[in-house]
Amino acid sequence: MKINLEFSGGLELLFDGLKQTSVVVEDSSLKNLFKKIESELITQNKELFLKDEKLRPGILVLINESDWELEGQYDYQLKDEDTIVLISTLHGG
Amino acid sequence: MFLKLNEIGDKIAIAASGGKDSTVLAHIMKLLNERYLNRKIFFHWLLQRYDYGLDLFLLSIDEGISGYRDDSLETVKRNQLEYQLPLKILSYKDLYDWSMDDIVKEIGRKNNCTFCGVFRRQALDRGAVMLGVDQIVTGHNADDIAETVLMNILRGDIARLQRCTFIKTKSEETIPRSKPFKYTYEKEIVMYAYFKKLDYFSTECIYSPNAYRGHARVFLKDLEAIRPSTILDIIHSGEAFETSAESNPTNVTVPGVCNRCGYMSSRDLCKACLLLEGLNRGLPKLGIGNTEKLRKKHLDEKEKSIGEYSSSKRTPGNPFIQNFNDLKLGSDLKKPL
Ligand SMILES: [Zn+2]
Ligand SMILES: [Zn+2]
Repeated sequence: MKINLEFSGGLELLFDGLKQTSVVVEDSSLKNLFKKIESELITQNKELFLKDEKLRPGILVLINESDWELEGQYDYQLKDEDTIVLISTLHGG
Repeated sequence: MFLKLNEIGDKIAIAASGGKDSTVLAHIMKLLNERYLNRKIFFHWLLQRYDYGLDLFLLSIDEGISGYRDDSLETVKRNQLEYQLPLKILSYKDLYDWSMDDIVKEIGRKNNCTFCGVFRRQALDRGAVMLGVDQIVTGHNADDIAETVLMNILRGDIARLQRCTFIKTKSEETIPRSKPFKYTYEKEIVMYAYFKKLDYFSTECIYSPNAYRGHARVFLKDLEAIRPSTILDIIHSGEAFETSAESNPTNVTVPGVCNRCGYMSSRDLCKACLLLEGLNRGLPKLGIGNTEKLRKKHLDEKEKSIGEYSSSKRTPGNPFIQNFNDLKLGSDLKKPL
């Protein structure tokens, strides 16, 4: 299935400025999606994304425009055409 | 606002950096100001005029950091057009004759944040005088303030510990500053900006890894994951610190003004002028850290030494900075000679 990804708030800098993309995944949890992003998409500063398989604090996640904290966080099961938005809160004031 | 930060009809400068916090702040101030303009609300027995009626301005400081501030100022300019608020930009180069790029070239990357912070503080006050505003509002959010509390504890900076939690500064000498987002989480601000599709600039300053704040920030976020109320708890702790006059010298010093530039200062020479003096004389360490001795030595020598320092720098003892009292409402900067 296809998952749409968006990066903003400065997080796109880890992806060479890439703001939007999509990936194809097998049935998977959000946790596995993050691992896939880490191993296949990030071009620099991997440690600013995941640490010990946990997302670095300060990165907000929206699953289809809804806060991931309301959607089961890492255990959320992805569906085809889901849109996952990742926003860094740490950049600039 | 809810906390009575300002009075009807106040003139307010919004310190605008183009970043998320100040962009959301400008958006919200503008929105509420218009929504509650001249609105009359029937309240029990009287018709009460319930409005903000504020006169809003955007005030930006151009530190002169190419590849960073020039881009973020473009964001501020786009916001100015969108929000239709008057914008004033003051640059370090015009104010002090030194841009941050110049300063970093001179002193390297260590301590440059000290220069930047001191210069910005004074630059905002100067801009506020030129605009004739009653108050400056800044975008500091709850996360920022909790970080600052932690940093002040770790540094043992008692004087700032409680002060940094004030929603509005108390000093009568300077233009009051307030932080309307004191109780607003960074997350809320970022979410708001995202859903409102606000245009903000999100690149870290190229000169400031700001490692110290970074550590405080990571620590705070880790705490928050364990206990969600941590941020407000820490702010509350900061507020609750009562410091006695003896341990808090800033409470007892008589505020005066800087001999050279007229800016509020408890010493003869304010921090900005001291730093400038150091830069202009090729002694950039002059105002950094605990330099009481250096300060004394070099300032005593000053009179006789004029001329000796002409090596590469600007004229010593003839600082460029304009006296604070010469700033007038609507005035523009004195141009470099
Ligand atoms: Zn911030
Ligand atoms: Zn001064």
